[in-house]
Amino acid sequence: MAIYLIRRFLIMIATIFVIATLTFILMHSIPGNPFTTQDRSTSEAVQENLNAHYHLDEPMLIQYGIWLKSLMTFDFGPSIKQPTETVNDLLSRGFPISAELGMWTITIALLSGITLGVLAALKHNGIIDYIAMTLAVLGISVPNFILATLLIQQLAVNLQLLPAATWSSPMHMIMPIIALATGPTAIIARLTRSSMLEVLTQDYIKTARAKGLSPAKIVIKHALRNALMPVVTILGTLVAAILTGTFVIERIFAIPGMGKYFVESINNRDYPVIMGTTVFYSAFLIFMLFLVDVVYSILDPRIKLHKKGGS
Amino acid sequence: MEKILEIDDLHVHFTTYGGTVQAVRGVSLYLNKGETLAIVGESGSGKSVTSNSIMQLIPSPPGKIVKGSIRFKGRDLVRTSKKEMRAIRGVDISMIFQDPMTALNPTLTVGDQLTEGLKQHTSISTDSAKQKAIDMLRLVGITDPESRFKQYPHQFSGGMRQRIVIAMALICEPDLLIADEPTTALDVTIQAQIMELFSEIQEKTGVSIILVTHDLGVVARVADRVAVMYGGKIVETGDKDAIFYNPQHPYTVGLLHSVPRLDMQEAVLQPIDGTPPDLFAPPQGCPFTARCAHAMQVCANVYPPATNLSASHQVECWLQDARANRAASLMKR
Repeated sequence: MAIYLIRRFLIMIATIFVIATLTFILMHSIPGNPFTTQDRSTSEAVQENLNAHYHLDEPMLIQYGIWLKSLMTFDFGPSIKQPTETVNDLLSRGFPISAELGMWTITIALLSGITLGVLAALKHNGIIDYIAMTLAVLGISVPNFILATLLIQQLAVNLQLLPAATWSSPMHMIMPIIALATGPTAIIARLTRSSMLEVLTQDYIKTARAKGLSPAKIVIKHALRNALMPVVTILGTLVAAILTGTFVIERIFAIPGMGKYFVESINNRDYPVIMGTTVFYSAFLIFMLFLVDVVYSILDPRIKLHKKGGS
Repeated sequence: MEKILEIDDLHVHFTTYGGTVQAVRGVSLYLNKGETLAIVGESGSGKSVTSNSIMQLIPSPPGKIVKGSIRFKGRDLVRTSKKEMRAIRGVDISMIFQDPMTALNPTLTVGDQLTEGLKQHTSISTDSAKQKAIDMLRLVGITDPESRFKQYPHQFSGGMRQRIVIAMALICEPDLLIADEPTTALDVTIQAQIMELFSEIQEKTGVSIILVTHDLGVVARVADRVAVMYGGKIVETGDKDAIFYNPQHPYTVGLLHSVPRLDMQEAVLQPIDGTPPDLFAPPQGCPFTARCAHAMQVCANVYPPATNLSASHQVECWLQDARANRAASLMKR
């Protein structure tokens, strides 16, 4: 197991290195630099000084080296557009909020999606099944930004039940989480339903029934665990989807999370922030995928993360 | 002898989009305590449906027992509530299914699956349940049961898994064991071992066994009595010797002829020509008429009543009917 973890860790490092390099190349292949955009009032001399300060006048390879060094030391330096703050400040301020939004979303999506899927499968072709699957199709088809604006219109403006934006109390969190979790919930519900239907026809379910087990025990102990495999498989992709979803949702609800800095930094061509947030997001995603693999091996004993041991 | 199970006039239908399949059409049979009854017949003859009906494991919908009774130790299982039925399953009646590769849950340890039935039905402690499971594994011939207890199904071979399935079925010491084609998915050498295991277990525990199979070799090895099913009906039933040495129904004869034999002179087997009847619209008369070499006019129109050839040997065929002899002698004149 230790060897597996070390190997896996090294692969993760390599992946992040590749992503960092690609980001660097893409970022610099866009013409211009952070100072060429709107503000034309700066004189030539000031421009040169600024370029020198941020090492933008150095050859690409040197800049790449500086970038790698900052990556190694986890110090991405100050933001260019907001020089009073370092990238690390932005990350440590934005990430907890984004993480809170993301974790609530995935938890609620999993709980409600699996419950809906199981109920639909157990009442196959019944009313619950039809209602759940109609909701699921709606949930998949309606983009989260449409849902978010509709929610604001109805719950905040018309009914005045919930605050329209920002992120300061549990009441503020309800709408963004609903908007973000609906799509994943629908996907999970559909997947759980179809795999549950398949599992329920398996011989071992019949064996369990022949043992005289109660229906609840058969569903939870024997069926659900096997039916969740496909759900766990797509969990990695789903986390990525929720992550991108947070960019949009944070923007709509004016939530001061990481997404805001990420999007703004690209518009502003704020090199240190682009690099910092990209690497941070990729590291986070890669770690999530790793967690998914671990969960997978816990759920299904036939899958082994490592070659030796176990049997 | 005490009858442990009595099925009377059982009818099971399946409602599908294409119509109603009359899978079992009036099956009556009984099982004595401690004996082995083999139900034989080709695919679709209704033998598995019959055995699943005993356990009340017919998927419903689409399946439904429309008529008849299944009396187990004096109690009608058809009219037993779901909850009471759960208390009977696994405890009084156990079942073994065809494919050991899929009959065990791949995500749970063998030990967990062995003991869960025991824990469900009795207030046994975890430790003694484990001990009992290990004893059971030893009984069915699993070596090193202590460490095997903690393993997962994929770490066992097919034959081993079938042994575990058998151990699982026997752990609550049932009175009746229903084995639905227990050897079909296994290779021949393992088949023999498993059948031997059945005999051994019956000797040790005195359990009554219903063996559903289409393998006459298996029947010859372990059965006491045989019931031959065709088209949802039992066409002939009798002691093993009577069925093998004195078969009276043309279908039983055909079935025996279609088995390869070591002393066979001809190079080819004799298959039964034709196909089984369509159970969406079962024939009015004997379902075997279309394939029977001895079919008469009456066969196609009226189903033959049961004829007692001896106390235990019964056949449902017009050829054996008392009136057939009379007709034959009339024709001779």
